[in-house]
Amino acid sequence: MKKVTVSVLMLVATAMTASADGKRYGTIRDKVTREECGACHLAYPAGFLPAVSWKKIIGNLPDHFGDDASLDEETTKHVLNYYLKHSRHGKFRNPAMRITELRWFVREHRHEVSRRARKRAGTMSNCQACHRGAARGYFDDD
Amino acid sequence: MRKSLIPLALSGLAMTLTPALAGSGRTGILEQLQAEAGQAFSAERGKALFMARHKGGKPKTPSCTTCHSKSPLNAGRTRAGKRIAPMAVSKTSDRYSDPKKVAKWFRRNCRSVLGRECTPLEKGDFITFMMSR
Repeated sequence: MKKVTVSVLMLVATAMTASADGKRYGTIRDKVTREECGACHLAYPAGFLPAVSWKKIIGNLPDHFGDDASLDEETTKHVLNYYLKHSRHGKFRNPAMRITELRWFVREHRHEVSRRARKRAGTMSNCQACHRGAARGYFDDD
Repeated sequence: MRKSLIPLALSGLAMTLTPALAGSGRTGILEQLQAEAGQAFSAERGKALFMARHKGGKPKTPSCTTCHSKSPLNAGRTRAGKRIAPMAVSKTSDRYSDPKKVAKWFRRNCRSVLGRECTPLEKGDFITFMMSR
């Protein structure tokens, strides 16, 4: 009984921190999308990039940042629809193709990632190397 | 009326059990590849394919070992940093048992590493090698 109370309290606490600073980016709620994108990397939250970026990225999966990540036509459409529906709103000049090149991303990580951490992660696109809650859409644990 | 339900229930049971028997999917995949290749598979050739540095693919992935590590018994890592379960069947028992998954990953990775699709013989050799480890 005690255990239950503690875990409920922890859950409430987590939910509160997550919403208090507004740093929840959402997760991929669609199973197909989460599994397909998540096979190689964190299934990045759709809200990180605008629709125009996702369209280009998912429209070119056979050359996905240097890898062949091709999916069959039906699955590609499904994944694209999900990302378009949940993409970031607003107008963007020169919309980014890489989350790691977004201005806020660069600013947030500039003085935070040691060389050792960077080496361990292998690449800046490996969110989970440092952000343990990334899969739950929570990135503010640094 | 009631009797006729028994075979139905049994076939239902068999269908539920099938995914658990990873080998049956794998056997089917190998049989299909065998029919297309028309030649016996070789674990040795599969090993050579796995270890070799290839030309013609994408520059960042010249070899299977780039991501899968040099030993099929070890875990690998995608270029984006995610762990890849070992390729050897002895380590990852459900490998090469889902035809759709197998087709998808051979298509992608052969294009990335070799710059072309793999032949049925290459695929069969590869799986045979991974079953031998």
